[in-house]
Amino acid sequence: MDKFIYLDNAATTKTATEVLDAMLPFFSEQYGNPSSIYSFAGKSQSAVMKQREIIAEVIGAQDNEIYFTAGGTESDNWALKAAVDAYEKKGNHIITTKIEHHAILHTCEYLEKKGVEVTYLDVDEYGIVDLEQLKAAIRPTTILISVMFANNEIGTVEPVKEIGAIAREHGILFHTDAVQAMGQIPINVDECNIDMLSASGHKINGPKGIGFLYIRKGVRIRSFIHGGAQERKRRAGTENVPGIIGLGTAVKRAAVSLAARTAQEAELRDYYIKRVLEEIPHCRLNGHPEKRLANNTNISFRFIEGEALLIRLDMVGICGSSGSACTSGSLDPSHVLLAIGLPHEIAHGSLRLTLSDETTKEELDYVVDRLKVIVQGLRDMSPLYEDYMKKHTN
Amino acid sequence: MYTEKVMDHFQNPRNMGELEDAAGVGTVGNAKCGDIMRIYLDIDEKQIIQDVKFKTFGCGAAVATSSMATELVKGKNINEALQVTNRAVMEALDGLPPVKVHCSLLAEEAIHAALWDYAEKNHIVIEGLEKPKSDIHEDEEEEEEDY
Repeated sequence: MDKFIYLDNAATTKTATEVLDAMLPFFSEQYGNPSSIYSFAGKSQSAVMKQREIIAEVIGAQDNEIYFTAGGTESDNWALKAAVDAYEKKGNHIITTKIEHHAILHTCEYLEKKGVEVTYLDVDEYGIVDLEQLKAAIRPTTILISVMFANNEIGTVEPVKEIGAIAREHGILFHTDAVQAMGQIPINVDECNIDMLSASGHKINGPKGIGFLYIRKGVRIRSFIHGGAQERKRRAGTENVPGIIGLGTAVKRAAVSLAARTAQEAELRDYYIKRVLEEIPHCRLNGHPEKRLANNTNISFRFIEGEALLIRLDMVGICGSSGSACTSGSLDPSHVLLAIGLPHEIAHGSLRLTLSDETTKEELDYVVDRLKVIVQGLRDMSPLYEDYMKKHTN
Repeated sequence: MYTEKVMDHFQNPRNMGELEDAAGVGTVGNAKCGDIMRIYLDIDEKQIIQDVKFKTFGCGAAVATSSMATELVKGKNINEALQVTNRAVMEALDGLPPVKVHCSLLAEEAIHAALWDYAEKNHIVIEGLEKPKSDIHEDEEEEEEDY
């Protein structure tokens, strides 16, 4: 009888049954180390090679350009730190944006302490990077441009193709954090001039703890984890074979279902957004209305605070997330919401609901119906709402 | 993350609302940090708090500490109410996560702000009561966006 509506698929997703089924034999049946010489281990090795081919094909790369990692955060760390090391003779300047994931931003802050110079590009009210500002930020010492493919909080999709062209024209490496975009938007690394791309398994119905970094052939970045000869000596450590099988299966599954799934999700997304904006006063959509991930919604409810909203939603069986300070563990609300120009109090009242292919219209109707009651209940408790109403009714 | 008592007070806040012609009203915190509390006190001629209401913009802990603070001061005289500390509020809630301790401080401050307002209106001095530090209007931008 307990309702359970999971709408936090940007945080993590359910591992798909076919993914789990593909992984299971690699725990206690085909458990050989891919580096071993006997034929038993050869099955593990060929299975890993197969996944590399699958992933390479999906993003238009070569299989020896795919490096398995422990996830998106490791891939982002590797791309930035190793590029700084490899290209120190060329320069020490990186260009990124104010709305990147912390895996990029905190790595940049770490690199700044080591003497690297970082430019953080502004975004417009929808979260889109200004290409003119990007061009103006380029210096002779710029070694890397890192811009996310799509934002994890507000779902805005960046003009990656244009950014890739600018980077190529200036002979600068282009890295993109595609953790949210993978499986949601068709990606071709050549069309977009992407030199490095980070992706993660658990965001696309794969397992947690596995991801990959695409590194274009010719890019000089070297090892991040030192040890054995795995991953062309660039990322040592015995392969997470079940994870890699799960990742490959998930990437393929997401690629095959992409068009139909995202069309369905986008329709439901727009249905939910329309209902909320029409039926609940004083709220706004965060992120771009069209250039956004098919499964992302992010709405700010004025006069209320996000954590309170999340707890009330949880009580009626709905899982979501917020950009409020209370959910970030600091006093400031989400850096992304501040970067798009939201005042603090409105950023505190944001609600991100991210859909999956299992989300139904009935579920969203239930969510909107509950939201109307919960938001009004919290507003009735809010001194900000009280002041607003007094000002506007007298 | 929260104790049962915190959840109970968040789910069923006590004394939530407004008081017309309150003897003292105090508002503390600011929207920037995501917490604003307002306390209304109804104080009789014997300086007993007859009624108290609150309104809070903030997280679960902010609502629960406001609710508990109103319970703790109700029926007390103003000097006893002044002795209700953030620690007392926290203990009554069976504790708060470390990052939420500031909510209990805000609740204490809101009571003090309401008492200060009462003292000012009645031209009296409440011993031990200092002028409340924060005020929501300090760094509030005057903007009215409608959406």
